[in-house]
Formats: sequence, C-alpha cells, structure tokens
Amino acid sequence: MEALAPTVLALPDSRRSWPMRRQHAHLSDEALVALVARRDENALAELYDRVGRIAYGLALRVVRDDRLAEDAVQEGFLTVWRTAATFRAERAKASTWILTLVHRRAVDLVRREERRRVEPLPDDNATASGPVAEPTDEAAWLGFERERVQSALRQLPDVQREAIELAYYGGFSQSELAERLGVPLGTIKSRMFAGLARLRELLDESAQEGSWKPEFTS
Amino acid sequence: METGIHELTAGYALDALDPDERREYEAHLADCERCREELASFWRTTEGLAIAASGPAPTPELRGRILESARAEAQVVVPFEPRRRRTVPALAAAAAMAAVVALAVGLWAARLSGDLDDARSALARERAAAAVLVDPDSRTVALHAGEGRLVVGPEGDAVLVLDGVDPVPAGKTYELWIIEGDTAQRAGLFPGSDGTDVVGIDGRVGDGDVVAVTIEDAGGVNAPTTTPIVASEPV
Repeated sequence: MEALAPTVLALPDSRRSWPMRRQHAHLSDEALVALVARRDENALAELYDRVGRIAYGLALRVVRDDRLAEDAVQEGFLTVWRTAATFRAERAKASTWILTLVHRRAVDLVRREERRRVEPLPDDNATASGPVAEPTDEAAWLGFERERVQSALRQLPDVQREAIELAYYGGFSQSELAERLGVPLGTIKSRMFAGLARLRELLDESAQEGSWKPEFTS
Repeated sequence: METGIHELTAGYALDALDPDERREYEAHLADCERCREELASFWRTTEGLAIAASGPAPTPELRGRILESARAEAQVVVPFEPRRRRTVPALAAAAAMAAVVALAVGLWAARLSGDLDDARSALARERAAAAVLVDPDSRTVALHAGEGRLVVGPEGDAVLVLDGVDPVPAGKTYELWIIEGDTAQRAGLFPGSDGTDVVGIDGRVGDGDVVAVTIEDAGGVNAPTTTPIVASEPV
C-alpha cells in the first residue's frame, strides 16, 4: 500500500496542532476511527472537527440545500459511528471513507428529490467563492487544494469533465447521464473511467510540483 | 468481461453506478485485488473532488446534533461490505484501545520534546500499528513468556502489545527479535513505559516464527545476548 500512499491529499499536520484543549487532537484519523468503534464520543467529535466542514461543502454541492446537506452529513457521521469497527485502514484513509459515506447519503437524498433535474448545472466559479473567514492553516490548505483540483479538472477533455462533474456533484447515475446526454451507456462508462484516471494523474503531477506547506509558527 | 467490470471502478468511486451494476461490482470487488487497489486510488481522487467543492461552513449546531444522535442510539455493528461479514475479534479491539492510549503517551512525549520529526514518525508508526490492530483479519497470538499478546496482520505486519514492561534502565534498551528456527533477526528497539506498550515490529513475521524481547545495551546489538523477557508462542 505504501506505493499508493497519497502525497496528494494528505491532510497537513497543522490540523493536528490547533491550540485547543482537544483530548484526541494528537491522534491520527485512523486511530480515531478505532476509538469510535469503541464508542468514544470525543473521538467522533474530533473526526467531525477535522472532516465535517469538507463533508458539508461536498453535501451542499450535491443537494444544494442547507438543511438537506446537514442531514447528509449527520447521517454520514452516524454511519461512521455505527460501522467504525468495519473500517479497514489499508483500503482507504479514514477521511476518504467518511467523505464517501457522506457523499453516498447526499446522492441518495438528491435522487429522491426531483429538484436537481431542472436546475442549471453548477458553475465552477460559483462554488469557488466564499473563502473561509478565519485565516487558519486549515483554511489556507483548503484553498490551495481546491484551486489545485479545479485546475486539474479544467485540463480534462470537456466530455470527461462533464461526466465526472455531473456524476459526482450532480448525483446522476451512469444510465441517467447516458439518457441526459444522448450517448450510449458504454460511452459514459469509458468517459468516466478515462476522466477519473486522467484526473488522478494530473493530481499526482501537481502534487509533485510543489505542495502547500503548513507553517509551524507557534 | 473482466475489462468491462474493471471499468466500473470509476463509476463506483463516484457513486454513479445504477443499483444492479453496483451490486454486481461489489460482488466482483470481493474477489479482485486489482479492482480493490484501483478503487482505493480512485477514492483518493474523489477526496480531491470533495475538497474542491468546499465552501461555507455548516451551522455550529450540526456538531451537537450529530453527537447527540450518536449518544442516543446503541451502536450497531453493520458490515461495511454486506457480502463479507466481518467482525473485529474482541482481543484485537481491546488491543486497539490499549494501542491508542499507549501511542498517545508516546506522541505527547515527542511533542513535548519539540521534535516534530519524531512526532511525525511516531504518527506513521501509530497508523501502521492501528491498521494491524483493527484489521479483522489479524490474528492474536498468546505470549509464552511475559504479559500481553502479539497481533499479526495478514501480510505479516505485527504489533506487540505488552503489559507490565517497565521503563528500561539507563544505558539499556529493549530489543525486538523475529526468531525463525535458530536465527534471530533484529526487529526494532523500544524504551518501555509504565503503562501498556504497543510496539510495531520491524519486518515481517512468518508462520512458525517467534517474536521475542531482550534487554540489551543502548543502541541495540546484532544478536541477543540475554534471556528473553518476552516471547510469543510460534505464529
């Protein structure tokens, strides 16, 4: 697994050095999940403090409604609470796992709602706005990563980017996309695979070019 | 067909498979190492997509609501993969708990000493140890000498969980050994602590091997010179 280790999206250690009296602030995400499996509420709280904001941003992007987005985050974290014992650290980072759970809930919710189908597609810039208020290391890191991923997305061929964005942010299934775009299902599958593989490559490349370094000032 | 279903990995990572194909893919995933690896790396890519969507913060009340609901319900263990029911052996779970406590102490000490590199490598070791301890496929091996247990992951990664090993005297160190037949291979050093020690073993532990601990001069030696204070049963 070491060969697959993500230099790309590793959350910075600065997240762990917030000057708060947080009982579990020094533990890895994976260790926290192990504690959550033992029903440690503080560990769940710490995971929420680390991943909750990104999870909410993601859910909001998919469901486009504050209330529904919070529902998706809440249900995602409750799934973490219930199933932490089944988390397998060698398969995914804990943060990835949590975001996957929240995303699934958001997609379930939006597929139940009909609203998204009539709304215009999200504009890249629409969500790129709203820099976080507090100038923390975390906010700086988020801004850096967001720009890096968006820049990689812009380098994808249009049809591939469209397939990925409509699926991941729009919650459309492959067959829904085939119908909506008027192309064969096989084409959608190929575009999605080629696009995600290319995106992975671009992110690996830009991670090697240079990454944001947290500053340990205090 | 192999290629066809492999291609679904992207759709699965994006949560875009239709229900039938999703079930088909999950069944396939249980038997296909290649797809599992591909999925793991695609999930890291989708984590990037998640971060790219970040925007306003949720209301502060959300945190409390989540914790309240968690408290309100009894924790139910639901398998993440319904087709491969997994439960964590009680011993491994207990070991994980002990690991977290012990490693927390170690990490805290590293922080206090201001040595960030130490803290980082301790964090890496902690992650590796936690991975073995929570892996349901890990085996727990009893100790022949000493108090505690050895937990061995499916790949031979191993963690020794020790109770009652005091801090080592000045000028000395505890040294770990993987003993295969009559050869002892060096497997790391540790200082010992007042509480539970959770020690990752450097190297792979194979079937029939024994993991042992001796007290040696600081810095360690190339072959054990004292009688082991801890020895596992053969793995």
